[in-house]
Amino acid sequence: MPQVTLTVNGKQHTVEVEGRTLLVELLREKLGLTGTHVGCDTSQCGACVVHVDGVSAKSCTMLALQADGTSVLTIEGLAAADGTLHPMQEMFREHHALQCGFCTPGMVMAAVDLVNAHPEGMTEKQIRQGLEGNLCRCTGYHNIVKAIAAAWPLMHNKAAAAE
Amino acid sequence: MPFEGIGAAVRRKEDVRFLSGRGNYTDDINRPGQLHAYVRRSDRPHAKIDRIDTAAAAKAPGVVAIYTGADMAADNIGGLPCGWQIHNKDGSPMKEPPHPVIALDKVRHVGDPVAVVIAETKQAAKDAAEQIVIDYQDLPASASLRDAIAPGAALVHDDAPGNLCYDWHIGDKAVVDAAFAGAAKVVKLDLTNNRLIPNAMEPRAAVGEFDGHSGDYTLYTTSQNPHVIRLLMGAFVLHIPESKLRVVAPDVGGGFGSKIYHYAEEAIVTWAAGKVRRPVKWTAERSESFMSDAHGRDHDTTAEMALDADGNFLALRVSTLANMGAYLSTFAPCIPTYLYATLLAGVYKMPVIYCEVKAVFTNTVPVDAYRGAGRPEATYLLERLVDACAYDTKTDRVAIRRKNFIPADAFPYQTPVALQYDSGNYQATLDACLKAVDHAGFEARRSAAAAQGKLRGIGISTYIEACGIAPSAVVGSLGARAGLYEVANIRVHPTGSVTVFTGTHSHGQGHETTLAQLVCEQLGVPMDQVDVVHGDTAKIPFGMGTYGSRSLAVGGSAMVKAMDKVIAKGKKIAAHLMEASVDDIEFKNGTFSVAGTDKSKTLTDISLAAYVPHNYPIEELEPGLDETAFYDPKNFTFPAGCHIAEVEIDKDTGIVEVVNFVAVDDVGRVINPMIVEGQVQGGVAQGIGQALLEHGVYDKSGQLLSGSMMDYTMPRADDLPNITVGTEVTLCTHNPLGVKGCGEVGAIGSPPAIINAIIDAMKEYGVRHVDMPATPGKIWSIIQGAAPRMAAE
Repeated sequence: MPQVTLTVNGKQHTVEVEGRTLLVELLREKLGLTGTHVGCDTSQCGACVVHVDGVSAKSCTMLALQADGTSVLTIEGLAAADGTLHPMQEMFREHHALQCGFCTPGMVMAAVDLVNAHPEGMTEKQIRQGLEGNLCRCTGYHNIVKAIAAAWPLMHNKAAAAE
Repeated sequence: MPFEGIGAAVRRKEDVRFLSGRGNYTDDINRPGQLHAYVRRSDRPHAKIDRIDTAAAAKAPGVVAIYTGADMAADNIGGLPCGWQIHNKDGSPMKEPPHPVIALDKVRHVGDPVAVVIAETKQAAKDAAEQIVIDYQDLPASASLRDAIAPGAALVHDDAPGNLCYDWHIGDKAVVDAAFAGAAKVVKLDLTNNRLIPNAMEPRAAVGEFDGHSGDYTLYTTSQNPHVIRLLMGAFVLHIPESKLRVVAPDVGGGFGSKIYHYAEEAIVTWAAGKVRRPVKWTAERSESFMSDAHGRDHDTTAEMALDADGNFLALRVSTLANMGAYLSTFAPCIPTYLYATLLAGVYKMPVIYCEVKAVFTNTVPVDAYRGAGRPEATYLLERLVDACAYDTKTDRVAIRRKNFIPADAFPYQTPVALQYDSGNYQATLDACLKAVDHAGFEARRSAAAAQGKLRGIGISTYIEACGIAPSAVVGSLGARAGLYEVANIRVHPTGSVTVFTGTHSHGQGHETTLAQLVCEQLGVPMDQVDVVHGDTAKIPFGMGTYGSRSLAVGGSAMVKAMDKVIAKGKKIAAHLMEASVDDIEFKNGTFSVAGTDKSKTLTDISLAAYVPHNYPIEELEPGLDETAFYDPKNFTFPAGCHIAEVEIDKDTGIVEVVNFVAVDDVGRVINPMIVEGQVQGGVAQGIGQALLEHGVYDKSGQLLSGSMMDYTMPRADDLPNITVGTEVTLCTHNPLGVKGCGEVGAIGSPPAIINAIIDAMKEYGVRHVDMPATPGKIWSIIQGAAPRMAAE
């Protein structure tokens, strides 16, 4: 079987995979990182979103072999080493942006990338459109949108400007 | 200590786990030596199985076993049971055809299990399953309600003539017909309630395990009610005594009803684990979920209202066809009967009601409860009909509602359809909602939209629902084959921390927080000292699970009862320790004190004494501080409220945008306002989904056309508005917390508000009704069809 070498949450792994193994299967089944979820089989739901080399990607739509040589960040690696939550995680908690928690890892990872990509700021409409790749069945998105808007100034060090 | 009791918007205890990827969902569980199951499903809507050839598949790499329905039958495995029996108009019982776990001689819907492959990996199981050869003899299918009841329709079950499961009714037809005969005005509406596919984000999964030493089975499953699964699967399907069967429902990623039922795959993995003596795991792919999770709604209804000359409602007459799908799912028969017709009085003084319901088998996935379950169907019908009454009599839609409301001083109020509402104030929720939406300013907003070329409309829905299910004796008399009480065990540990063991189950509702707040309030124990355990039959005495917005009203009440017992015992211990009379002991904020003195003991002092009973009334009192209570509710609870939607329609595309949505609900006492708001918002999102986007569609042959998330429109962030939530409180009068339930109100109240707003927006086109989902194509066609006529006028 072919081998893939990649860095996941700062730690390097070399893993044997089938050619057809998906990145999400590698993460969940080979590395035991079950925080990344699979919610569909048509690349619609975004529960599997991780960052590959700093950019969000649906890990159900990427072969493990395509991730060879990359650096992958999953939900397990988002908080600081001392356990301090990332501002996006903290704002999701503060604004009740999760209920069952199943879409949450993908939603948070997608949201982090969305905010990173928009240092100039975002309107509510832009946030809603930016979430088009992620489904949530519990919240109606209202509080997710609020959480992302609240995380933006924290992530761009503009806490004062947010007041 | 910050205030964490009843009414505090405490941030959720469970969130850090979920936000850090440390949730523990069924598919995250892997047992040593685990095998994987893949279910080969029927791709035929209706066919006779002539032959299943598994020879080639059995030789495929990694395959350990392949089982068919015949193998299960050889082991004397029973069919999947139905938990509710309805009786026909003539008193005879409904048709209840067998529901084999794996199909035997026939398949009856696309997705029906035909064989299961057990292999070393999921991929190996799936590869092998493709090599199973099945010879089918295709049969004509009855894919829709109308096709299934047509003369000569293909029979889904040979012993259910006319595909009729039951023909049920409620009310006195003669009395209602007489009221119609004498009415000044009759308003009639034909409407469908569109079939929905629940799509909780977590696909169903199950892991079965057998311990060869003890003979014990364990099932990990995505369930809203593990004790119910243990009872149904153990007693009726696999014949395993409860003492040998543990069912664990760990973190569950949403349910909305679809994870109430006992599903084939749960029985398959448990049975197979015993056969192969290794754990067996199955996880649905989303396309399997579409064709195997119970669907919701799917009604076809004619409704008529009789009015007097002043616009007072005189009588309601309803005739409904309800789709059961190919087999009876666990609670399917009660949804279009006792959870539907009993709600038809709504919030109105409705002197008489007659409703008849024909439940129909079709070659489709079974239909059962989906968020609201029967009550959204009743509310949609009634709130559309009330608007049609206003439309036909040229009456204001708010005025006709106010005129017919049950007044706030009329409670308890007995409806003509069995239910007795305990409390409510429908004028108050309507007033608050009208104010919040700025109803008075609407015409200006309509004009402003018109200037932009948009059609703007406003729609109102004033709804009621029944939840907190349910008094066991009542539901028993109506055909339930279970009691619907709830169970709580409150364990005060020696050093004063508390574990709550609840028979309810949280799959997004935030019980670990809300239930801990109840402990905070009643026992004065800080939140971080309280753990809530749910979802494991080995830990929790018993329970009926979570559905029908029952967790607080029934499960929370059981907790109050158990905590009352803790306090009562604690007082006896405190009296002993402080050498006082029990009658003089007061308990407040976690402290037992002797009235009129400065003597006191904390709950921790008492619990320590209870577990280290050196100085203890051991002759009269057992050691320990651990109390269990079963609570059977006295009545349903009746949340009610008002939802108002404003929509704008783009005339060129037919796209409906919900530009404002306000919900003002009376859910009784609010324990955590943040969680209540989130529950309502999520429910409204599903209601808007039903009204505008979602539709489970079969073609005439019985193929599921909306079988993936590419074909079935799930609401996305940019499909939805911000959802403003308010509450007005009247307390439930018959449970100790005064709570009514908030999980379903959003999905129940919102669909008619959206459709009523669309009809209002399109009033210049002479549109009286449009069926859900109001897709752009449908709206555009109406506008196009109406345009030439308008030009000619």
